[in-house]
Amino acid sequence: MARKSASTRKRETTVQLRWLAHARSGDKGDTANVGLIALEPEYFPILVKLVTAARVQRHFNGMVRSVDRYVLPNLNALNFLLHGALDGGGTISLKTDAQGKVYSTALLRLEIPVPARLARKVVGSGE
Amino acid sequence: MTKTTVRVAAGQGFWGDWLEAPVRQVEGGPIDYLMMDYLAEVTMSIMQKQKSRDPNAGYARDFVPLIERILPTLVSKRIRVTSNAGGVNPRGCAEAVLAVARKLGFAGKVNVGLVSGDDILPRLDELIARGHELRDMDSGRPLSDIRDKVLSANAYLGMAPIVTALEQGADIVVTGRVTDTGLTLGPLFHEFGWRTNDWDKVAAGTVAGHIIECGAQSSGGNLLRDWRKVQGLANPGFPIVEASPDGTFVVTKHPRTGGIVNVPSVTEQLVYEMGDPHSYITPDGVADFTTIQLKQAGKDRVQVSGIKGGPKTPMLKVSIAYFYGYKAVGTLVYSWPEAYDKAKAADRILRQRLKDLGLSFEQILTEFVGADATHGRLAGPASPEAPEVQLRIGVRAREKAPVDRFTREIAPLVLTGPPSVTGFAGGRPQVEEVVAYWPALIDRREIEPGVKVEILEA
Repeated sequence: MARKSASTRKRETTVQLRWLAHARSGDKGDTANVGLIALEPEYFPILVKLVTAARVQRHFNGMVRSVDRYVLPNLNALNFLLHGALDGGGTISLKTDAQGKVYSTALLRLEIPVPARLARKVVGSGE
Repeated sequence: MTKTTVRVAAGQGFWGDWLEAPVRQVEGGPIDYLMMDYLAEVTMSIMQKQKSRDPNAGYARDFVPLIERILPTLVSKRIRVTSNAGGVNPRGCAEAVLAVARKLGFAGKVNVGLVSGDDILPRLDELIARGHELRDMDSGRPLSDIRDKVLSANAYLGMAPIVTALEQGADIVVTGRVTDTGLTLGPLFHEFGWRTNDWDKVAAGTVAGHIIECGAQSSGGNLLRDWRKVQGLANPGFPIVEASPDGTFVVTKHPRTGGIVNVPSVTEQLVYEMGDPHSYITPDGVADFTTIQLKQAGKDRVQVSGIKGGPKTPMLKVSIAYFYGYKAVGTLVYSWPEAYDKAKAADRILRQRLKDLGLSFEQILTEFVGADATHGRLAGPASPEAPEVQLRIGVRAREKAPVDRFTREIAPLVLTGPPSVTGFAGGRPQVEEVVAYWPALIDRREIEPGVKVEILEA
């Protein structure tokens, strides 16, 4: 799914993170972590610039209390801690995903604006 | 003489992992150590519960028949085992392993190293009395708030007792709450004679341990990237670390196994359950995950290097489990057409009935499986054409009575609620006891003098 962003209609298109990154998540108590890994090294600076803690917090608005972000340039990865994401976590939680195992895929729904040329290249790739 | 390569193979990534994996690890190619991690955060409390019913229980029972299957191969190939299968009863586990060894005719030929001293449940009152508050690392509350509800309390031990056991000739090291990474660090420090204050080596071994501690999750299992291209997962090759004395290592798997070891598969495991990547804290030291360099070094081989670390902290983590309350989860399946709307209507009716009954819960959580259970509102509006939607409603309370009554309110919806409902053949939901996790810190000087290593001969 690709959609044109209003501000820079000509040169930029929004794409879901799934076309630029893969991810895995886990838990520590009531905090879920999502490790977001660029599919290609050249996508990593885009992730660093656009997938900020504030943006991720907005994405998960109402689902998590707060978000921390860490940068791992050596792995072309970002690590997000989503606090208060798991209804108490561990054995207390009533959620299907009590241990945050698939929060990773929920982050991959986030849409970010990228150059239209890049969007054309990545959307639908690998399928 | 120091070996130039030491191979540590992962056999189990959790209690309940694939039972064939350790067998294939010892038979499928050369390895020096088989590492088996059984303990997740809440596993100790489950084991404590089992031990309170049966003093001989309280460890990962699967471990014993598994050792029975592989012991002849372990002996003939001189493969040694490190495992935290001992849970809250490492002595019981060690004795069961010894009995199996004798039964197989290995009397006098197999030594079991028994590590104890992590269990501080008997010492809790004394520790609290001497000013150790054991505050919950998340909430900051002191343990005295829930002291009467505590079911188990174990300090996380590091590699030191494992190194000692191996030095003293243990073939199978059985421990209680030793960290997952310690099970890999122990063999590496023993074989290479690294100094335990060589923090970069500690960090390297820690990263190696982290990469293999979840079994096949670093070798193609649960791999999101290009998941369709991962072949042969009916016979997944569990990961193996081939370590060198300089602290670099290769992650690989046996030939003729499925799965894949590549930079993406190892990276996904590295970020799994990650906190602050600059300080991955273990009892043995602190690893900086931002220094890890990965390189594909052949088919199913990833070279890992560059890892830096820092000194161990004065504190050890303590894993405490305590009785929290009760919960139950009930489900019903609604079919097309308008499956989601029917399930939503059923949820409203059920909640009204719970309210009218005057039942009070700490939490009532509704999910619609097939619509929003894993992604919440991010999943977008549910399709009216969905072939079916499962209503999944859970409740939690400190008292048992309201939860018990809730379990009797699911089935009546079938004949008194929205139509096209099925999937209730499993009967009434079960009331579950909730045992919660209380992570705390303690001065390591309180623990380390009490750690004991015994060598028991079969």
